[in-house]
Amino acid sequence: MEKNILIVGVGGQGTLLASVLLGNLALMKNYDVKLSEVHGMSQRGGDVVTHVKISDTTVASPLIEKGEADIIIAFEKLEAYRWLPYLKKGGAMYVNEQQIMPMPVVLGQVDYPADIDETLAKAAQTLVKFDALALAEEAGSSKAVNVVLLGAASNALPFTEEEWMDVIEKYVKPKFIALNKDAFAKGQAV
Amino acid sequence: MKRIMLGNEAFARGAWEAGVRVVSSYPGTPSTEVTETLAKCGDEVHVEWSPNEKVGVEVAVGASIGGARALSCMKHVGLNVAADPFFTAAYNGVTGGLVVLVADDNGCHSSQNEQDSRYHGRGAGVPVLEPADPTECKEFMKLAFDMSEKYDTVVLVRSGTRISHSRGIVEEGERVEREVIPYEKNFRKYVAMPAMARVNHVKQEQRLAQIAADAHEIMAGSIPLNKEEMNDPEIGIVTSGICYQYVKEALPDASVFKLGLVNPLPLQDIAAFASKVEKLYVIEEGNPFLEEQIRAAGIPVHGGKDMFTIQGEYSANMLRKGFGVALPDAGIDNTDAPGRPPLLCAGCPHRGLFHVLSKLKTTVMGDIGCYTLAALAPTNAIDSCLCMGGSIGMEHGFEKATGNSKNLVAVLGDSTFIHSGITGLVNMVYNEAKGTVIILDNRITGMTGHQQNPASGKNAKGEIAPALDIATLCRAIGVKNVFEIDPFEIKELEELIKAETERDELSVIITKRPCVMIVKQTEPPQMITDACKNCRQCMKIGCPAIEIKDGRPYIIKESCIGCGLCAKVCPFDAIKKEDK
Ligand SMILES: Cc1ncc(C[n+]2csc(CCOP(=O)(O)OP(=O)(O)O)c2C)c(N)n1
Repeated sequence: MEKNILIVGVGGQGTLLASVLLGNLALMKNYDVKLSEVHGMSQRGGDVVTHVKISDTTVASPLIEKGEADIIIAFEKLEAYRWLPYLKKGGAMYVNEQQIMPMPVVLGQVDYPADIDETLAKAAQTLVKFDALALAEEAGSSKAVNVVLLGAASNALPFTEEEWMDVIEKYVKPKFIALNKDAFAKGQAV
Repeated sequence: MKRIMLGNEAFARGAWEAGVRVVSSYPGTPSTEVTETLAKCGDEVHVEWSPNEKVGVEVAVGASIGGARALSCMKHVGLNVAADPFFTAAYNGVTGGLVVLVADDNGCHSSQNEQDSRYHGRGAGVPVLEPADPTECKEFMKLAFDMSEKYDTVVLVRSGTRISHSRGIVEEGERVEREVIPYEKNFRKYVAMPAMARVNHVKQEQRLAQIAADAHEIMAGSIPLNKEEMNDPEIGIVTSGICYQYVKEALPDASVFKLGLVNPLPLQDIAAFASKVEKLYVIEEGNPFLEEQIRAAGIPVHGGKDMFTIQGEYSANMLRKGFGVALPDAGIDNTDAPGRPPLLCAGCPHRGLFHVLSKLKTTVMGDIGCYTLAALAPTNAIDSCLCMGGSIGMEHGFEKATGNSKNLVAVLGDSTFIHSGITGLVNMVYNEAKGTVIILDNRITGMTGHQQNPASGKNAKGEIAPALDIATLCRAIGVKNVFEIDPFEIKELEELIKAETERDELSVIITKRPCVMIVKQTEPPQMITDACKNCRQCMKIGCPAIEIKDGRPYIIKESCIGCGLCAKVCPFDAIKKEDK
């Protein structure tokens, strides 16, 4: 079993918790796991990416290469598009429909690509595109977008419902556990 | 217990288990979390943020002379700043184990260059250990302390972005407490004067030779420091650090000589490996540090920098291409996604200043910090950025070259000013500069993730500490014209900058407003009312909370923190606070 998961978004969107949960799930199941992320400059509103590699043997490189991701979890639509070449042929994408305009687009220096939806549909065998922000708000906080997205992607991941609940209980602050469980269920139902 | 740890957390854990007692560092991506993690330990470790890396290493040297295990951490360019004490401490050796951790940034994720710190290790004549995953981060750090004491040497641990900022599974161990070694005066060892230095230089060379000879049997816990992995003899690869992982990924059948010790090189062991393989390749990011030494030793190298670049990061795919291995099958090769450059945050106090400087078309000798982002569109308000503290010297030199200090300023942050701007300012006073220096005091070291500094009023552990008063310091140096101002008072700020850059005397302007990431938002968001004439002045401040929607500026409620700068620049008074 090998699963490469790329989590992409915009600095400040909370991509880190998603990777912490995934990493610890893998650890609980005695898989090997490596994660890689970039801190620093890009966290100031730049594009951010976390690589998660899980294997029942060993993981060498912490980085997912172009064409190696089984799953891309995207917190923002343009970022889904940016990282698309990393998706394996036949891979799955879980995309939050939110759009955050990058400054060059806001300033009119470049256009926001018009054909994102078609390109994503063409490249991904499974494409789940939905308003994760709205579901997170329904669950009680816009910050729960990460767990909504994980809920949606959980269908393609080798962990049981119980294991997910277990890891949420362990790694989410006590007062947000119920909210996040609800957010997870909402994502899962998409 | 097994835990998932960031490489930097694993380094911290290793130092803690090794009984480190004194840690003195200056933040710098990607090294910062080592010290931040140690700062969360109990009183068994004294952790402090130093004003710069040179002081950090000097404090660690003193702690080692005093008999304790000591660590100083920094990013690659930080080691340039600390090079002076580092090179001489390398002659003197240690009492308590002394380790310097340096984290390189191949690919310039968060840095002004991608220099290769291995040369500093070789130049200083100290052993350099390079781990390849989080478990090795922990084990090599422990080994570094042991080697430091065993061989009486400073040890350099070299990391990089992908080592420091990758997570993996690490088994935690226990801390071994070490008594502080009682101090005995030994001036021949610790007083670096010519007569002593000549003797200590000889000793330094001897211990390096000893380490190279011992290398094949040195173990980091149960991990051999250097490791020969014989597989298919057709391809033999010498590599280290993160590149080892790329090799295992792309060429799982190749024979590999993995170096954990990259200085001194065990050239005899490498020669023995070379004789067992058909073609020898050297795979290393950055400069041909290993390759040149291996070639110089007369060992034939079939491929190295002639195959792979000096610039940027390597990857498994890069090696696959180089060795003719099929690439993974991507559905789509490329997309034309527009770039998403990082930005000053919504509500960032720096935005007020750069709005004014951009408006005045001031020539700005810039510096390193969040504010460097003002060099990008739409403010485009920075003309140069070189190194920490460099703005002040450059401003002075520019003035001396052109004979003109009008509409010219140096701009730097509080942490950067304390790091190495103070001496530049002393120089301006001494050499009768007429220029203007603007210090952006946001009460924190922002860019690297909000570390405390000598002016922020707290120490590395978050406890209350004396706060340096920057204005008083400037006056004490001899600057006569010192002003403090809120950077969001843009009218007053504009007048002040105009007046001071016109004045034929040195001035310092300190803009004071705390970083938005450290103060809670209390203001309701702004909104654009029907009075908007779509003139787009508000777009010129480059705030991430302002977008264009249906052809007009629009404020994203969730992103706006209500700082009100956009309302101040609006000529039609069309931006108002939302009702609470
Ligand atoms: C020699 C050196 N050490 C450390 C760094 C990492 N670094 C980049 S900016 C910065 C500090 C910025 O703080 P400050 O000057 O207060 O500005 P702010 O980011 O808060 O605006 C540091 C430590 C560096 N680039 N060079």
